[in-house]
Amino acid sequence: MTLLRFWQAHASELWAMIERHVVLVVLSSGAAIALGVPIGILAAHRPRIGKPLVAFANVAQTVPSLALLGFLLPLPFIGGIGSRVAILALILYALLPIVRGTIAGITTVDAGVVTAATAMGMTNRQLLWLVELPLALPSILAGIRVATVVGVGTATIAAAIGAGGLGEYIFRGLSMVDSTVILAGAVPAALLAVAADLLLTWVERTLRPSRHRASRRRVLVTASALTVIAVAFGGLSMRSAPDAIVVGSKNFTEQIILGELFAQSLEARGIVVTRRLNLGGTFICDRALRSGDIDVYPEYTGTALTAVFHETVGHDRGSVLERTRRRYAEGGVTVLEPLGFDNTFAILVRRADAESLGLRSIGDLKQVQQRWQPGFGFEFVERQDGYRGLAAAYGLSFARDPRVMDLALMYRALASGEVDVVAGDATSAMIAALDLAVLADDRGYFPPYDAVAVARTATLLRRPEVRQALEALGGQVSAAEMRTMNRAVDVDHRDAAEVVRQFLKSR
Amino acid sequence: MHLNRLQAERMSLVEFRGVTCAYGDRRALADLTLSVGRGEALALVGRSGAGKSTLLKLVNRMLIPQQGSVLVDGRDTREWDPIQLRRRTGYVLQSIGLFPHLTVQENIGLVPRLEGWAVPRREARARELLQLVGLAPDDYAHRWPSELSGGQQQRVGVARALAINPPVLLMDEPFGALDPVTRRELQRAFSRIQQELRQTVLLVTHDIAEATALGTRVGILDDGALIICDTPAAVLRATDARVRRFLEPVRTPTTAG
Repeated sequence: MTLLRFWQAHASELWAMIERHVVLVVLSSGAAIALGVPIGILAAHRPRIGKPLVAFANVAQTVPSLALLGFLLPLPFIGGIGSRVAILALILYALLPIVRGTIAGITTVDAGVVTAATAMGMTNRQLLWLVELPLALPSILAGIRVATVVGVGTATIAAAIGAGGLGEYIFRGLSMVDSTVILAGAVPAALLAVAADLLLTWVERTLRPSRHRASRRRVLVTASALTVIAVAFGGLSMRSAPDAIVVGSKNFTEQIILGELFAQSLEARGIVVTRRLNLGGTFICDRALRSGDIDVYPEYTGTALTAVFHETVGHDRGSVLERTRRRYAEGGVTVLEPLGFDNTFAILVRRADAESLGLRSIGDLKQVQQRWQPGFGFEFVERQDGYRGLAAAYGLSFARDPRVMDLALMYRALASGEVDVVAGDATSAMIAALDLAVLADDRGYFPPYDAVAVARTATLLRRPEVRQALEALGGQVSAAEMRTMNRAVDVDHRDAAEVVRQFLKSR
Repeated sequence: MHLNRLQAERMSLVEFRGVTCAYGDRRALADLTLSVGRGEALALVGRSGAGKSTLLKLVNRMLIPQQGSVLVDGRDTREWDPIQLRRRTGYVLQSIGLFPHLTVQENIGLVPRLEGWAVPRREARARELLQLVGLAPDDYAHRWPSELSGGQQQRVGVARALAINPPVLLMDEPFGALDPVTRRELQRAFSRIQQELRQTVLLVTHDIAEATALGTRVGILDDGALIICDTPAAVLRATDARVRRFLEPVRTPTTAG
């Protein structure tokens, strides 16, 4: 019921996502057909050329989807966030079944039929078009069906790099730990897959030989017309408004709220905004900003210095901000006024444990390091200022390797006892909601993580009203206000856009 | 005798001159010389692997001889455009090879279609040929190959090979896969067609009875060489021991291979 209500409240957004999802799948499947069928033909006729291509398609298929997106992101011309990379990745996934289907279809054509065709004086081209392809068609279509159905599923991952589609709900739901929102994306995606399967099965059955010619032709014409329409539609809908300011954010609740805050503040001044919220992490956001795919996103000073510029961070708030500004300026990026709160790391344990064992500061973890299971986000494990630095600063050494987990799932995992200590956000709503305790950083290990808007300098120069809107947010969000908004989204399951709207109204 | 041979050569439509053809180190044909005159039905008998199919494939340039030359219409097959050559040679195979995605009428009309005939002419021709091979056009024209029995399929196969009236018809064990009753039926139909059309035919088979029944001349291929080539009556009367071996009645179909 909550799911139905959610869909009702987000009807127009839902339709847009479904449409985008369909466009992603149709475009990528279409391109994969255009590539895969000729590759399959080549592989069937000239194994020496074809085999390496099939091997390539095989390898592409085995790369996990997120990793594939990661590989493609930094490539010139095709890289960057948005639909291009997502479509490319989906094409690579769709290739293998289509190539396989084509090869199987052509190589299983009866040898007598091929001899008869050759002996009656068919050219190779006639043999292909009049005999091999029509006979291979069912097998090719079966490959296309598999590719498309799998594509509908894989396309949900595209949301991680801002390509949109139903995956947005899934990722949003994951970051909010809200199963309703996950289902809001997962259920339509599953239905789409079933629909695609049924549709293509029907096409397959109708095109089988020993059907009447006219009806077969009609199906082919209908299918191609639908594809053309979808592609044309897609071409139009992919384009964002030309003078729109693109706001990005990383993939956790606070970032989405801040992204929404930027977007609504800009819109309040009549500026057209395109949202690319929920991008898969610091690296992706930074690349997107520098390549001009997005114009602005929320960042934290400490994160910028370590994760983006690979520098160590001091403990003085002012000098950290100053250095961050300077380093960004070299790359044509402007750091605007801090928003007013510090989202530093917080080392969290269950409140019950903290009380029964008398844990107060991070150093107290020494007494449990032999038996406790730490759980950290991927960035925290990798980053200089993350786990390794923390362990060195406090002389900690856990007997067990930290379990690497998604930020969104970490708090739940801690509360449910899967892990015993995590590194979370100081502003997280989950701390209160799940009855967790923050261990004091009494050695001052964690540097300041002041939230700031980072924006392309070129955009700010070209559009002074954008700078004005973003600067007006300086000092406007306190840690308490941030925690309240986080809680409204994460715990009360309210819509981020609505929470921000309310916040702005209260100013 | 000398004069006869000259005459035959002038008349011949297909001619093998000292042809040797091998797959790897296995020789299929060795220094074969042979000629087929216009309107003649030459039936070649041989065991499996005696080079019968090779011989047919040399005629429509699906193979090229390593030594010697094959002439069609007086021209070396190497000089022929293979597509042109194949359009002039109908081909009937044991496995029939009807196109399963085309109807009977479309199968027969395919070569005419490749030759650019208009649809009405193709359809009329298909009906005419169906009549010729003994299948009622109204019943069979729109059926799919999978809806026909083996004998009916091969009738269509013959009709398809005759579609544009090719000067030469090549038949590779055309009735070998059919049951004896159907085989005799088709042989009778073929004899009738052959008498009607005076088609030049090169037919290979492992069945001496079929060869003597259908051929105006019968040749026996043994180990890549032609050991006799004469009228059916002359072949049946031959005293040569190697030839006699072929004339012994086939006890079971399988030993003939």
